Amino acid sequence: MQLISCPFCGLRDETEFRFGAEAGKRRGTASSSAEEWANYLYFQGNPKGQTREIWVHLACGEFFMLERDSMTHEIHQSYCIRKEDQK
Amino acid sequence: MRLASFGTAVDSTKPLNFTFDGMACQGLAGDTVASALLAAGVRVVGRSFKYHRPRGIWGHGSEEPNAIFDVSCGIDREPNARGTTTQLSEGLRVRSVNASPNASRDTYGLFDAFARFIPAGFYYKTFMWPDWQRFEPRIRAMAGLGCIDKVWSPKSFSRQVNSTCDVLVVGAGRSGLAAASRAAKDGKSVMIVDEGIEPGGTLLYRSRLIEGVSASDWLCETLIELERRDVRMLSRATAYGVYDHNLVCVSELKGGFAPPDLWRIRTSEIVIATGAIERPLVFPNNDRPGVMSAASALFYLRRYGVRVGERVVIASNNDSTGEIANAFRDAEAKVIEVAAVKDVKGRHGIEAVIDSEGRSIAADALLVSGGFTPTVHLYCQNKGRLRWSESHAAFLPGKPVEGMRVVGSAAGDFGWTVSAAWAAKPGKTRAWIDFQNDVTLKDLAQAARENYRSVEHVKRYTTLGMATDQGKTSNLNGLVAMAALTGRSIAETGTTTYRPPYTPTSLMAFTGVRHGELFNPVRRLALEPEHRAAGAVFREYGGWLRPAAYGSDIQAEALRARETVGIFDGSPLGKIDVIGPDAGALLDFNSYGTISTLRPGRLRYGFMLQETGIVYDDGVIARVDEYRFVVSCSSSHVQGVYQRLEEWRQDQFDPSRVYIHNATPRWATLTVTGPRSRQLLKELDLGLDIGLAELPHMAFVLGSFEGGPARVARVSFSGDLSFEVSVPLSKAVLLFHAMRRASTPLGGILLGLEAMMILRAEKGYIVIGKDTDGLTMPHDLGHTGPRDKRTDEFVGRRALFTDWAMGRDRRQLVGLAVAEGEAALPTGSHGIERVNGKLRSVGYVTSSYFSPTLRRPIALGLIERGAARQGDTVKFQYLGREREATIVAPCFIDPEGTRLHV
Amino acid sequence: MIRRRSHYSAFTLFKEGLLGQVGWQPTWASPEPKPAYDAIVVGGGGHGLATAYYLAKNHGLPNVAVIEKGWLGGGNTGRNTTVVRSNYFYPESVALYDFALRLYEGLSRELNYNIMLSQRGMVVVAHSEFEMEISARLVNAMQINGVDAELFSREQVIEIAPAMNARPDARYPIFGGVWQSRAGVARHDAVAWGYARGASHLGVDIIQNCEVLDFIFEAGRCCGVVTSLGEIRAGRVGLAVAGHSSVLAAKAGFQLPIQSYALQAMVSEPVKPVLDTVVLSLGTGTYVSQSDKGELVFGGGLDRIPSYAQRGNPPLQEQVISGLVEMFPAFGQLKLLRQWAGIVDIVPDSSPIIGPSPLPGLYLNCGWGTGGFKAIPAGGWLLAHLMAIGSHHEISRPFDLGRFTSGRLIDEAAGSGIAH
Ligand SMILES: Cc1cc2nc3c(=O)[nH]c(=O)nc-3n(C[C@H](O)[C@H](O)[C@H](O)COP(=O)(O)OP(=O)(O)OC[C@H]3O[C@@H](n4cnc5c(N)ncnc54)[C@H](O)[C@@H]3O)c2cc1C
Ligand SMILES: [Zn+2]
Repeated sequence: MQLISCPFCGLRDETEFRFGAEAGKRRGTASSSAEEWANYLYFQGNPKGQTREIWVHLACGEFFMLERDSMTHEIHQSYCIRKEDQK
Repeated sequence: MRLASFGTAVDSTKPLNFTFDGMACQGLAGDTVASALLAAGVRVVGRSFKYHRPRGIWGHGSEEPNAIFDVSCGIDREPNARGTTTQLSEGLRVRSVNASPNASRDTYGLFDAFARFIPAGFYYKTFMWPDWQRFEPRIRAMAGLGCIDKVWSPKSFSRQVNSTCDVLVVGAGRSGLAAASRAAKDGKSVMIVDEGIEPGGTLLYRSRLIEGVSASDWLCETLIELERRDVRMLSRATAYGVYDHNLVCVSELKGGFAPPDLWRIRTSEIVIATGAIERPLVFPNNDRPGVMSAASALFYLRRYGVRVGERVVIASNNDSTGEIANAFRDAEAKVIEVAAVKDVKGRHGIEAVIDSEGRSIAADALLVSGGFTPTVHLYCQNKGRLRWSESHAAFLPGKPVEGMRVVGSAAGDFGWTVSAAWAAKPGKTRAWIDFQNDVTLKDLAQAARENYRSVEHVKRYTTLGMATDQGKTSNLNGLVAMAALTGRSIAETGTTTYRPPYTPTSLMAFTGVRHGELFNPVRRLALEPEHRAAGAVFREYGGWLRPAAYGSDIQAEALRARETVGIFDGSPLGKIDVIGPDAGALLDFNSYGTISTLRPGRLRYGFMLQETGIVYDDGVIARVDEYRFVVSCSSSHVQGVYQRLEEWRQDQFDPSRVYIHNATPRWATLTVTGPRSRQLLKELDLGLDIGLAELPHMAFVLGSFEGGPARVARVSFSGDLSFEVSVPLSKAVLLFHAMRRASTPLGGILLGLEAMMILRAEKGYIVIGKDTDGLTMPHDLGHTGPRDKRTDEFVGRRALFTDWAMGRDRRQLVGLAVAEGEAALPTGSHGIERVNGKLRSVGYVTSSYFSPTLRRPIALGLIERGAARQGDTVKFQYLGREREATIVAPCFIDPEGTRLHV
Repeated sequence: MIRRRSHYSAFTLFKEGLLGQVGWQPTWASPEPKPAYDAIVVGGGGHGLATAYYLAKNHGLPNVAVIEKGWLGGGNTGRNTTVVRSNYFYPESVALYDFALRLYEGLSRELNYNIMLSQRGMVVVAHSEFEMEISARLVNAMQINGVDAELFSREQVIEIAPAMNARPDARYPIFGGVWQSRAGVARHDAVAWGYARGASHLGVDIIQNCEVLDFIFEAGRCCGVVTSLGEIRAGRVGLAVAGHSSVLAAKAGFQLPIQSYALQAMVSEPVKPVLDTVVLSLGTGTYVSQSDKGELVFGGGLDRIPSYAQRGNPPLQEQVISGLVEMFPAFGQLKLLRQWAGIVDIVPDSSPIIGPSPLPGLYLNCGWGTGGFKAIPAGGWLLAHLMAIGSHHEISRPFDLGRFTSGRLIDEAAGSGIAH
């Protein structure tokens, strides 16, 4: 059972969180080609090792960025998504 | 035999009666089943899994491979209880497993004579004609150890405790206690868990000087010291698994037949002080009853005063047995130490030991020590990697793992010198590696020959280490033998994966209170007692316990609602507030239809799609004012809708301009439906500014009820004039009674969900997830407007234009009519057609009822190209029977909607 | 090149018994890799081994290597709960899984290796009237698709699994269920070993402890693999690496619609027979069967967090076990003996991906997720066809990667309302 850090609430049990998606995807739109739309909807890197993902803390409802290792389950860092936008 | 001096663990004044295989025996308070049986002189305690060889007690802890029993007392029972860790109690019935009629006279014992024809993996090579299933039942009946009572059910539940500490020490032997006391002195919060009945580990029976004092004195002082420092100590508590981020799970036995407690302990540091387990020596017939772990023999002698033999031979590859020989001599046994054993005579108990020179030594016990295997399971579970140490003749922990320290014997600090003596090449007589599963050296040789050389292949092919002792005594001997047989080094051969739990752990420890309703609690209505008092039959719908009907006549209920008025509890319907300047924009994005054009005070029905274009939910959205909407969704989708709104809010919008609040749990909603519903509402004081007659269809007003707010919406799920009245939960009971009072003179009734389902189906109103499936898109339901007209982006839009979404053969919502006088089409019937003589499904019936209003069956379905095929007759199949039905419009009553406007 | 092998039968077993079991040939050979093959299959799980077997058997292509990073059968094939069945809703799925089941039915004799197929039947238990309706929907679909299926009543479920919690006030009362009598279990290791033996016999090289690290590209084509033991060339390469498909796809320069998760399984201590069939409860999500050895073998849903760590997690473990005891209260007497996990390749529609990859010369067999053991013979057969012929077999065509672009997913849970 992993401990994940919500940037707003701190360390909590993994059961309080839900995996959202891999970070860095752009949402497709009506003008996307069929391939682009399929890429957005279904395809992903699914990396073994370092990952950058969007997660949600179900308790506070905030989506945030989580960097972790999908092999060792080390949690590297988590941060607020919108701060990242400003970077 | 029990010595007069007894032992430190038993109370000689308290005899306990028990039976073994029906035979009356007596033990003492403090005994384990194993010590009591040894004291009673019982040699054969069970039979091995495959060859039914007689088995005696080998060890004294959780490593025990042989002493497995079904124990019971009254109605309590435990199958496959390990005799070495099961405490004796008055009246205990102990039965050997895998033996009939009893352990010493087992009818299957003759299997051993045919052993050569049933070697490792023999079943892979035969039983193929005519097929395996012809043989399987007999093989199954012979397999398995104990028996369970099929009508047993849990009577009490385990306690599950979450806890934290700075340092968790696993193992309360010398090094564990020392580590705990050091950490406690450093001011850390410390917990110790130990499998044993009492803390102490080997200190309880080995005499050594520690820091100048005797083992027992040191133990005593240290325990006092730890208690003074508030160190929490759990005995009979097994740390069975280490999980991510230093979570250790511990099962703590509570005595008797009570389920163990489960501890989930999160800690900064785990100290593994789990000691080491003595290995058998591998020699011919080394499995005979009376061949025993030397350390265990000492354990029984010192702890229980049980001397396992009078004429004792000791064979060892290390210097740990000197003390044991002396102890047995002190106990007036005749002791002979031999360098190696060539064979053992005696089938049901040792009669003689043949030493390496071929001399026959009369004996009744053979104590062996083949070295020590550090208990590194938890280290390995935590991604630790072992390294082979020739000088220890053992795999030891390699590089440290963060947050974990391995100390004492578990780290190879045995205090003895071991000079490895491994198995010779297999000879004529079988030498055992795995006692319980009957894996011999010959089996390993065969596995090597057949190229099952990876340790994991060996394990699976021969079943080595897969018994209930999980290979604690056998794995290392097995892999060392395999290394020799395949000409590889031991390090190269490697170990199998260490999997939790460390010892078999009661399933009841894991379940905690998750039984019955608490397994997955249902959600309950505020008005449940009122509904029950009114005679409601409850059923679960989408996680909610709701009134299905108020009596047995659902048809009559539905009809009365059509004719007069019905009161329906719609409280589980979602009520999610979306608030802020961007609320409209968010809802537009989230919905299939445009929402922002809604005027305040109005309602709009529509869908929400998944990004895949599939209809996710339907519902009614109300606009309260410019900045405030209330989203009503299906009861089972409340969490999902809330979460998706939140997700899009944070992803696509400025979260400071729109806010989501799930108000569902705070409101109760009662719906009144039927031609007299307006009359009913008129009887209530709802503090409305406008007359109910002025409230148009798909509009709502705010009012008040009994001093609280009320929301009255004119919206219909039945096709009749209907109103939804929502009040805070605290007013629900008052509203319910007020409505019932008003409804009685009108001939009204309470309406259950089943009748409501009929009403909505008559009108062709769909239920998402019942009349739609995971492929249904809005245009399949006839809703094409937004797809064709909207130009802005919304969830799922692009997916409505894939090749498949625009395909011709889509399954579309239809009505289905059967011929006059026929019964309803069963829900789940499939429409069928034949293509090239092959049957194929063209869709299926999603809802089907006898309509009380029309006095004939009606049905809805999803049928290929159904929308364009009205009037066609389609064949339907249900459990092999064929029927016909005609495709009609999916609306059976009042297509013009006049009933909505009475 | 045909390799020698011993014939397995009661007679040879008896004969070897008299001679001390010393005459058996190696089950499979362990040759050094050659520098080049006609075809390479990456992944020595059931699908990879079956692919190699059928390449040699059906297409006369024995110059094939199976490259396995660990020990053969050590991936999900050696970790699964061994349920085989073809109780599917869509004709495409039925064509695939029933083909597999039919191959399974003759497999012990075909391979001369007892895979212990035990068609003891499986019941998917429904707990409400609504679940009975969707059960009927599934049963009718199966019958129309030509697969044996029955809609069981409450009494029939209780008769087939008498230890089930049949109390009317149970959290999940029994209403009935979907019964497939041809469903059952098989011995997972034996399937891997049997195919390995068959393939090796026909000349296939099985290379264990050899990890594929990258691909060899030439003129935009895949021409072989780079392994921990060096480069090995081949005209066509098949990928059958389950949960690790994305890792190798990344090396080949494309992504897949796959997310990897740990899926747990557990066994209890062995006891005398208490359950003669396979039971899945729609309410608890737990499924269970009893192995020939007497252990209860059970599992449930996926762990919650995408992961490549082959370990199970306590929250799900507790839920699955609670589900088991809720279904079968008497099993509360038992102890958990072992728990483990495999990394499964989860696809949005939970159907496999079989077909050419975006990289010419590289072919895919993945996405079996939680249920590909039952499909091993078909998965191998179809990938072999694809690699040998270069185009789809009719059965595999709907499972092409292209379905994600066309939108024509094959989503069983969506269609039948029952998630397996
Ligand atoms: C707990 C559990 C229970 C299951 N229960 C069932 C069930 O009851 N019924 C059912 O039908 N299915 C079940 N499944 C699913 C089933 O096990 C799998 O779908 C199936 O075994 C997949 O077979 P495979 O050959 O594709 O993969 P695997 O058996 O996983 O084989 C893939 C192989 O590829 C190797 N590999 C990976 N990367 C490389 C590389 N770079 N180089 C070389 N080799 C590599 C791996 O080591 C592995 O041996 C279950 C799965 C799990 C985990
Ligand atoms: Zn938070």
